[in-house]
Amino acid sequence: MVEIKHLTKRYGSVLAVDDISFSADSGEILGLLGPNGAGKSTTLNIITGFLSSSGGSVEIEGFDILEQPKKAKEKIGYLPEQPPLYQEMTVRKYLEFIFDLKKVRLPKKEHIDEVLTIVKLRDVDRRIIRNLSKGYRQRVGLAGALIGNPPVLILDEPTVGLDPKQIIETRKLIKTLGKKHTIIFSSHVLSEVAAICDRVVLINKGQIVADSPIDKLSEVISGTGMLTLEVEGGRNTVKNALGAVDGVRRVTHTSGNSYTVSFESGTDVRKGVFRALAKADCPILSMTTGGLTLEESFLKLTEGGDD
Amino acid sequence: MAAIFKREIGSYFNSAVGYVVLAVFWFFSGLSFYTYCLLYNTSSMSMFFASIFLMILLVIPLITMRSFSEERRQKTEQALLTAPVNLFEIVFGKFLAAFVMFTLSTAIFVVYAIIIATFTAPDWAVFFTTFLGVLLLGGAVIAIDLFISAMTESQIIAATIAIGVGILIDRLSDLASYINTEWVTNVINKISFDKHFSNFSTGIISLPSVVFFLSVAAVFLFLTARIYEKRRWS
Repeated sequence: MVEIKHLTKRYGSVLAVDDISFSADSGEILGLLGPNGAGKSTTLNIITGFLSSSGGSVEIEGFDILEQPKKAKEKIGYLPEQPPLYQEMTVRKYLEFIFDLKKVRLPKKEHIDEVLTIVKLRDVDRRIIRNLSKGYRQRVGLAGALIGNPPVLILDEPTVGLDPKQIIETRKLIKTLGKKHTIIFSSHVLSEVAAICDRVVLINKGQIVADSPIDKLSEVISGTGMLTLEVEGGRNTVKNALGAVDGVRRVTHTSGNSYTVSFESGTDVRKGVFRALAKADCPILSMTTGGLTLEESFLKLTEGGDD
Repeated sequence: MAAIFKREIGSYFNSAVGYVVLAVFWFFSGLSFYTYCLLYNTSSMSMFFASIFLMILLVIPLITMRSFSEERRQKTEQALLTAPVNLFEIVFGKFLAAFVMFTLSTAIFVVYAIIIATFTAPDWAVFFTTFLGVLLLGGAVIAIDLFISAMTESQIIAATIAIGVGILIDRLSDLASYINTEWVTNVINKISFDKHFSNFSTGIISLPSVVFFLSVAAVFLFLTARIYEKRRWS
């Protein structure tokens, strides 16, 4: 269980994280989604105690990260954006170091073997980290986070820079780990969050713009209906005619004869559109309804409507 | 702390650093020993120890330059700072590792003393107090150089500044003689590493000098931890 309340981080005059509150329940996989520079890494760095916050609080399994840092940190396994690996060590030596560093009280060899098996590194455990490929190194970092079986896992963009096969494997792994751990992981790839998470917290410019179960995200975000049209006729004539229809919020010309019309949800503007265009002598070639795709809603939110 | 200490020591000997430091230090101190003891045909090691002073100031930056800067550059410090250990454990673990590395380098002095002993009995009291002085001086300089290493991401910058500071420390008592204002000279003499170090070469353990070196080490280890704390909060 991770509870974040009114978290704020200021770098000089820049507000990197602006009053963020959310929580992740035990056994939940929470995706922290946002474009690059949204404040994801900063948030995760504060949760893990690497950075301090300018305000607000973080509680890990009931321990405040500032007031009881040792107790709180014991509960966390952290994989930063760049895995903190000592290049000159072998995989096993590195994990032994992390084991000692975290002062884990489990049988050392068995536990490390177990972790190596989970992340599928058994066959490279004697190799020097420097010589491993990016995908392997990422897994060594993940193994480091898993040492000591912490109840909370914080993973910062765990799939960045991996090849498609590795990405799928890592996602599967996170999904399996989610059964035993509370996981918060960040990503700027929406499909990834959609594939792994139960819940998503969308942040942009340091603020939370959405916090909802993944299957409700697009509804939460859009709150509007969409109509895609193909119409023959002068662009301005068409736009004016469409704009005048009751319930229509916005008309956008996409390309050639294509337009998208957004309207208030709960209304049906199709008849109105038909009449208006017929009156303007602009024949409709095609008309389809459809909400935003997840990607579109993501873009819409993070770009703040400046399309 | 034990984990950090162990990894640090390992890192000296997993890379060339440890061996290069030992080789360089043993070679040049050996040269000094040959010149000031064997060639002069004397059992007194005082000239030798005087010549070793600058060498210590110059070799310690090689031991400490990576300690913090490399962790910062490789971002491995994230593993340390998010582990359930406190800052002083990290700083002290690294200090201890550098100190052991330094002690290993200077352990060769015992061999030199034994070489002299095969000709004539050396003044063991003087040897041991001076050796204690070497270790105390080393501890203080290591703390200063660790502090420098914690301030930068580049080990080259860390080493360069540390060597510069080393030369400055070496010149401090010379500097005092150029200045005519009495109180300035007094202050410089009080903080002169050179003067405090030479206090040990009489065969007596000088308490003020012991306290001086220990205080310098403590202050700079404390400051090193503060640097980390400050970066976390900024």
